[in-house]
Formats: sequence, structure tokens, C-alpha cells
Amino acid sequence: MEYFIQQLVNGLTLGSIYGLIAIGYTMVYGIIGMINFAHGDIFMLGGFAALIIFLVITSIFVGLPVVILLLIMMAAAMLTAALWNWTIEKVAYRPLRGSFRLAPLITAIGMSITLSNFIQVTQGPRNKPIPPLVSSVYNVFGISIALKQIIIVLLTVILLTVFWYIVNKTSLGRAQRATEQDRKMAALLGIDVDRTISITFIMGAGLAAVAGTMYLMYYGVAVFSDGFIPGVKAFTAAVLGGIGSLPGAVIGGLLIGLIESLWSAYFTIDYKDVATFSILAIVLIFKPSGILGRPEVEKV
Amino acid sequence: MAPETNTATDTMTNDPILKVEHLSMRFGGLMAINDLSFEAQRGEITALIGPNGAGKTTVFNCVTGFYKPTMGMISMRQASGKTFLLERMPDFEITRDAKVARTFQNIRLFTGLTVLENLLVAQHNTLMKASGYTILGLLGLPAYKNASAASIELAKHWLEKAHLIERADDPAGDLPYGAQRRLEIARAMCTGPEFLCLDEPAAGLNPRESLALNELLTGIRRDTGTSILLIEHDMSVVMEISDHVVVLEYGQKISDGTPDHVKNDPKVIAAYLGVEDEEVEEVIEEIEEIEEGGKH
Amino acid sequence: MANITTNPESAGGSLTARALREGFYAGIVSLGLFVLFVGLETTQNIRNELVLRQRWGLLLTFVLVAAVGRFLTVAYVRPWVAARKAAAVARVRDESAPDSFFKRNFNAIAIVALILYPILAMLIFGVQGSLKWVDNFGIQILIYVMLAWGLNIVVGLAGLLDLGYVAFYAVGAYSYALLSQHFGFSFWVLLPLAGILAAFWGMILGFPVLRLKGDYLAIVTLAFGEIIRLVLINWTEVTRGTFGISSIPKASVFGIWSFDVGAANNFAKVFGLPMSSAYYKVFLFYLILALALLTAYVTIRLRRMPVGRAWEALREDEIACRSLGINTVTTKLTAFSIGAMFGGFAGSFFAVRQGFVSPESFVFLESAIILSIVVLGGMGSLVGIAVAAAVMVGGTELLREMQFLKQIFGPDFTPELYRMLIFGLAMVIVMVWKPRGFVGSREPTAFLKERKAVSGSFTKEGHG
Repeated sequence: MEYFIQQLVNGLTLGSIYGLIAIGYTMVYGIIGMINFAHGDIFMLGGFAALIIFLVITSIFVGLPVVILLLIMMAAAMLTAALWNWTIEKVAYRPLRGSFRLAPLITAIGMSITLSNFIQVTQGPRNKPIPPLVSSVYNVFGISIALKQIIIVLLTVILLTVFWYIVNKTSLGRAQRATEQDRKMAALLGIDVDRTISITFIMGAGLAAVAGTMYLMYYGVAVFSDGFIPGVKAFTAAVLGGIGSLPGAVIGGLLIGLIESLWSAYFTIDYKDVATFSILAIVLIFKPSGILGRPEVEKV
Repeated sequence: MAPETNTATDTMTNDPILKVEHLSMRFGGLMAINDLSFEAQRGEITALIGPNGAGKTTVFNCVTGFYKPTMGMISMRQASGKTFLLERMPDFEITRDAKVARTFQNIRLFTGLTVLENLLVAQHNTLMKASGYTILGLLGLPAYKNASAASIELAKHWLEKAHLIERADDPAGDLPYGAQRRLEIARAMCTGPEFLCLDEPAAGLNPRESLALNELLTGIRRDTGTSILLIEHDMSVVMEISDHVVVLEYGQKISDGTPDHVKNDPKVIAAYLGVEDEEVEEVIEEIEEIEEGGKH
Repeated sequence: MANITTNPESAGGSLTARALREGFYAGIVSLGLFVLFVGLETTQNIRNELVLRQRWGLLLTFVLVAAVGRFLTVAYVRPWVAARKAAAVARVRDESAPDSFFKRNFNAIAIVALILYPILAMLIFGVQGSLKWVDNFGIQILIYVMLAWGLNIVVGLAGLLDLGYVAFYAVGAYSYALLSQHFGFSFWVLLPLAGILAAFWGMILGFPVLRLKGDYLAIVTLAFGEIIRLVLINWTEVTRGTFGISSIPKASVFGIWSFDVGAANNFAKVFGLPMSSAYYKVFLFYLILALALLTAYVTIRLRRMPVGRAWEALREDEIACRSLGINTVTTKLTAFSIGAMFGGFAGSFFAVRQGFVSPESFVFLESAIILSIVVLGGMGSLVGIAVAAAVMVGGTELLREMQFLKQIFGPDFTPELYRMLIFGLAMVIVMVWKPRGFVGSREPTAFLKERKAVSGSFTKEGHG
């Protein structure tokens, strides 16, 4: 039982990270209907930004409180990732908006290859380990919960609340939802569609960067190829929850995290990714709209 | 003009090609069609009319297998006497085996294929057999070559009928709207149907195109004996070419008979009042006609 | 009057001002983008700790290139392009001009050139020197041509977006590797068998997923591709996991001449030639050329058959297909399995060429590269795809040859490192420049009077 709960805690942590990335996928898909393949690499980029800032700060100020250090890392990662995603949208995706459906997908794949190789070229191909930032572990009823796990889950909850508020209660969120429903009509009603889409990319990148920072803090290592697998898993989460749905993305993320840690704990760690992908395939085949998505009705 | 009292039972020959019995279709809480029964006679043009949202296209989609009806039976009897229960068949088998072809309200052409290719795709099943399910055709056997030549001849025949022969090698998406409508009908005819379902073929056509369409449709009936089921808003088309009219409202049949009978049915007039502007005009004209008839 | 004369000047002045402003912004943005990643490098010191190395000069170069590039684009390139466009519109195009001899006979010339290619390479670079040209350029490009032509059946013709095509490549490669090792079957037996097995897998995977549409189909195929790769990694008893399967037997010339060094019927021995691995490579070149041409031939024939037309119709409108009595499930399955079959052929060729297979070769990136070649080439166009493969694969291979770059960027510069970076950038640039690929138009499969190419603006890209 304790073992089970321990795995639940681990799964929850991992799932929070996936959920944060998944929101970026689901928002972009919702608003312009494209799978932003490069989103996983934006997450990786965020992690690297946090890593470099960490090295800069620790080499200048010694003995800075960890909280402030983490906050600075997160802020730098968010800024950098947002700037990248904003630029990519403007340069690579916007010219293709409304054209051939495959073109943006191929561009996004190209962008993903570009980003991971850019980091490989500029930062080197090796793993980049950092010393543990947060190492306290609490023992609650025989279950060990690391402080970093608490931070990750708490942060996810806080960010989601803020995010939920923005999307549902502000005029920006209204503009996003309007653009999602009907881009042309939204433009006719005076919504700056380009700006709304840009902001969506910025927001998605911000969350991915937080996820990247958390990932770095949790595993203590960054590597250029880290964008793909977490990216695909986060996308799986978005699909699982019902693409286009924000709570769906988080639920999907948590589910993927739980499945992964429980599968590794009770079956075999080797096939944990197979389990994730199989679940993705099964969900899509039997319920393509995901858990919270609206079913698509075929119009004849 | 005196009101006529003809009903479907009075038609001279009683040889229904399509029998719809107690058809119901429910979408969630909405009853789109409620216990609808009607027949379409062989060799006739049957029109299905009714205000927007009356369930006409839903009937079509049930007949052609795109929707599975909640209840009811749709049977199609071919000239050979073979009978098919359409509600039990998947859509493509309805075209392939039962020989029911259809067009769509929003034209669905293969816009990137040429006009000719559109008509060749329609002969898929004949050609598939002739090519020995691709294998023999890959080897270049003469059987497929002959069938291929025959398929081009058939396509040419229909292109001439539809006045599209000049545009045969142009992409279908490049045709003007009226020509696209005619092409869609010609394509449906290339499947060799016994029963042809047309979903608002005259929608959006100008008077000249409308005329060309009428010609094509009456030609089809005259030359091939294909029975036609037609959804139409354009009353001039309905009244001119159909032999038999079925009127729907809120998924139920409110009138059924010859065009003249239906035109003068007070229920039909009531149903049409207060709907679309153009249709209101039609109805007002019709009421005036009735009033004149009453005075006589 | 004075107003009119000063107008162009003031327009020119405001254009320069705008260009300066945009160049400045571009500099600022690129500073933000690159300051962490280019300005600083994380390296490990002797104690394995991460330390930062500063590269402010390099950062400055990046920023300057971005700013100056942006300035030049806005100030000169864009007006120039606009002027050229206007000129092109104004110029009456003479469409009746007969195509040049080269254009009319492009296919024949290309095939002859390919057949002569290894011989020319041997003549120019010598037997041993030709290795690089035949292997790295010839065979490497042709494998991608074949894979892209195979995938083209699925994506370009039937409009089914498949992101896991590499799975069938893997099935073909492992089928050959395992069956030849365990049962000693020869290449010529296993080549068709690998194709059939891949087609079979195509059907098994295709059946459940083909009712999905568009992006969902793409993601499920991606998942299946990854599942197959992960199974190859983890099912170590059979596949030896990440170690892969090595010393896969070589192919022979229909069993007549062998390329095994010890064999009595060794090709070089029989013909009294000096021993060299180059002959085997030349043989492999012709083998993959034949396989690729077979793929092209079958594709061209199939397009004129009912099933091929049904694929294209399916790409255009699935519902209309069903209304015409076409069984869309079997039609999709044939596309999927025939595409998979060619992937399987290519896979077994890959195994024979490398003599070694491991899951490393079948990562998602490969699927992405193949798909991007199909899309960059222009979906459905065999010539466009071949050109795209040559440009993308050959171009990145060429980087290895560019040793002179070392003189510019210093001796530490290794061009290979930039291969995938440039590949990715090229994908983005080509797509933005030509969203429909190199060849956007479509050749009709039948005609009454004349064969007119269908403009890309009418063709659809499929929903499944």
C-alpha cells in the first residue's frame, strides 16, 4: 500500500510536468489547429536557459537562497522560451497560416529538428548535470515525499489557477476562445487575431519553460535531445484529455504520469513508453475525442 | 384551376422502386424524422419538399446509408426483382450493390481531379472487376484495356449529356457552379444507378443553368429509365419535372401526391407560411391561385 | 509638381528608416534569443563540474547578421522581389512555346544518367575513390528516394498522414536480418518476403487506425512507429536490443556471383579484378536503383488503375467516394499496405547494405525526414520527390565534403555537426517559400484531348 502511494506521488509529480507542457500543445492546436511539434523542444530550451542562468547566478552570487535562485531561473527560462516561441510563430508558422494543412506540420517538425540541433551545436551533445538544488525529503506515514515534488505539484496548481482565470475571465481569454471558434469572424469583430495567436504561443512557451525548469530541478540534468520524448508524452496527454481542452490536458498529463510510474513499478520499466504509446493508440481508436473533448460529428 | 384529389394510391402503375416504411431518426433528443412512410415509383421523378429543417436531407442520408435510422425499413426493389433492405447496408454497398446513387447539397466533387477522372472514379467497381482487383491490370491484360476504353466511352456519353465535353480535361474545381452541379449528376450516373437521389440540384443556379439541369434530368429519366428522388426548394423545378411530391414538415409527412394535389393542399400552404422569404412568395402565389380556383 | 518629384525620394527615405528600425528590432530580438545559448557555453571542467565559457564575439556576430540581414531584406530584397513579381505579371507568358528537349525527356535522361553514374565515378575517381560517391551519395540518396516514393503512395496519393513509416522500414530490415541469420535464406528469397511481411504489418496496424482522420491518424501512426522501435530495443532475446544484429550476410548477384571475400565465385576473382569493396557498392547501387524504379513504375501504373484513382479520390473527398460505391476501408488498407511493402523492400536493402541493423536507425527522425521529402517534393509528384531527396539528403551529405570551411571557421570546425541543423532549417525555409513543394501541380491519369497539369490550388491534401 505504501509502495503504491509512493508511486502515486511520483506519478503525480511527473504528470504535473507533462500537464504543463500539454497545455501549450492543446492551446496551439485549439487556436490554429496545428500540432506544434517544436513545443517539446521549447520545453528543452527552457530547461537549458534555466541551467545556464543557474550557472551564471551561482558563479556571481554565492549562497543565494534557493527560492530566489529558482525564481530567477524560472523567470529567465520563461522569457527566453517565450521569445523563441514568439519568433518561431512569426517567422515560420504565420506565413503558412491558412495554406496547405501539411505545410505547417512539416515546418514544425523542421523547427523541432532545428532547435534540438541548435542546442547540440552551441551547448554540446553531452548530458549537463547540476548539483541538487532542493534535497530535503519528508517522511509522511512511511512515504517519502521530496520537497521538490511538493514544489512541482504546488507550482502546477498555482499556474493552472492563474491560467484558468486568464482563459475564462479576461478579455484576452475571450479573444482566444473567439479566435478558436472562428478566426475570420473574430477578426471581423475587431479582435487582433495575429496578436491573440502570438500571445497563445507566448503563454504556451512560458508554461513549457516552467516545466523545463522543474524537470531540470527534479532530474538534475539537461540534454539537447530531451525535447522529443517528454514532448510526445505531453502531446499524448493533450490528446488523452481531449485536445483543445485545458483541464483535459492536465488530467491527461496526470494520467500519463501515473500510468508511467505505476507501470514501471508493477510491470517492467523497459516497456513503460510502450505502455504510454499503446494507451494513446487505444484512446484515439476508441474515443478519438479524448476524455473531455467534444466528439466530432461527420457532416454529410 | 380546380383542386385535385389525386393521391399516391391513384397512380396508374403501382411498381414502387423504393419503399420507406415507418422511418424514424433521432439525434439525441431531437426527432429529425418521425414515422415517415412513402413510396417512389419506378421510372418516375419523386420530389421531397418541405421547409428548412423538415428532415429532407436526413431522409436522404438514411436512404443512402450515411445515417443509420433509429427505426423503420427502407426497401429498394430493382427491375430484376432483387430487393435490398437499405437500412442494413453500409453506404458504399448501397451504391455498389443496390444501385442507388446520390449527389450532395454542398457539391462534393474531386476538385483536384479532371472532369473525366471524376467520371472514371465513379466506375470504380466495374473497372476493379475488369482489372482483376488490380493484379491482372498491372500485368497489362487486354480485358482491362477494353474495360478502360469502355469506361472512357461511358464518361464521354455523360459528358455530352451534361454539356461538359469541352471541359473534360480541366480540373473539376475549375468549373463554374452550374457545371459542377451537372458534373456531380453525371458522375452519379456513371455508377449505373437504378435509383438516383439528388439533394437540391438546382440550389444556387441561375435560370439558364436551371433550364440545362431540367433538361439533363428529364433526359436521364427518358433515356435510361432511372427513377429519381429529388430534394428541391425551387418550386419551378419541382412542379415542372416531378411526377409525385412528398411534403415533409418537422420530420413528418403532411402531404403526398401529384404536384397539383400538393400545391393545393392547405396543410402544405400552412407549413410554408412564415418560412423563408422566397418560399413565402411562392406560397402567396399559390394561395392566390387557390382563391381564383375557389371563385370558379 | 514639387510634391510629385519629391515623393519617390521621401518614400525611399521612409523605406530606409523603416528598414533601419526593423533591423534594430531584429538585432534586439536575436540578442534575446541567443544571449544564453550562444553567448555562453556550458562545458565540463576536469572535475566534471559544469562551467561557463563566454563567447561574446560569436554572439555579436549572430546579432549583427540578424540585424543586417533584416535591414537588407526590408530595404532591398523585398522591393526587388515585388518589382520582379510585378514584371512577371506584366510579361505575357508564352505558354505555347514547346518544351525544351531536356524537359521533354527529363525522365529518360535522368535514368540514363543514374545508370552511368557509378561507371563515371569509377572512371573519374578510380575504383577505390568511387566508393564515397557511389555509397554516400548514390545509394544514400536512392534509399531515401525509394522510401519517399513508397510513402508517397500513402501520403501523396491517398492523403493519409503517416508519421510512423519508418516502422515498416524496420520490419523489412529486421525480417531480413533475423531470417537470414536463423534460416540462412538468401537475399533474393528474403527481399519479397520482407516486403510481404511489411505489407502484412501495414494491414495489421492499418486496420484499427484507418477510421481516424488527419492529425489523429498522424499521431497514432507515430505511436505505432515508436512502439515497434521500443519493442525492438526491449525484446532482447530476439533482437539483441540496442546492440543490434551484426554480420548480416551480403547479397549476391542472383546467386551467380558472390561478394564474400572467401567465396569461390567472388565477383572480383571471377573477373580477375583486384579485390575491392567498391564492386559490391556498385552492385548495391544498381540494386537500389532497380528497386526505386520498380516503386516508381508500380506507382505510375497504379495511378492509372481504378485503385490508384480511388486513392486520389479519397484524398479529395472521402464522403463522395463512399457515395460512389467505393469501399474506403479496403482502399485505404491497400494504400497503407502497398506503401508499407515498399518500405519493407527498402528495409531489407538497408540491412544488406549496412550488414548491421539496430533500433537506432529507425527513430522518429527518419519518419520525419521521409515525410518531409514527400511534402517538399510536392505530394504525389515522383520527380519532385526525387529532386527533394537529392537536395535534402545529398545537400547534407555534401557538408561532409566541405573541408574548405575549416579555412574560414578555423580547424575546430566540423561541418558534419551542422548537418541536421541545416536540414531542419532547410525544411522550414523550403516550406515557407513553397508550401506545396517543388512540384505543386498534378498530372491527370486520363485525358480525352490533351493532358493538362492540374494546378496545386485545386488538389486537396486529404483528411485522413
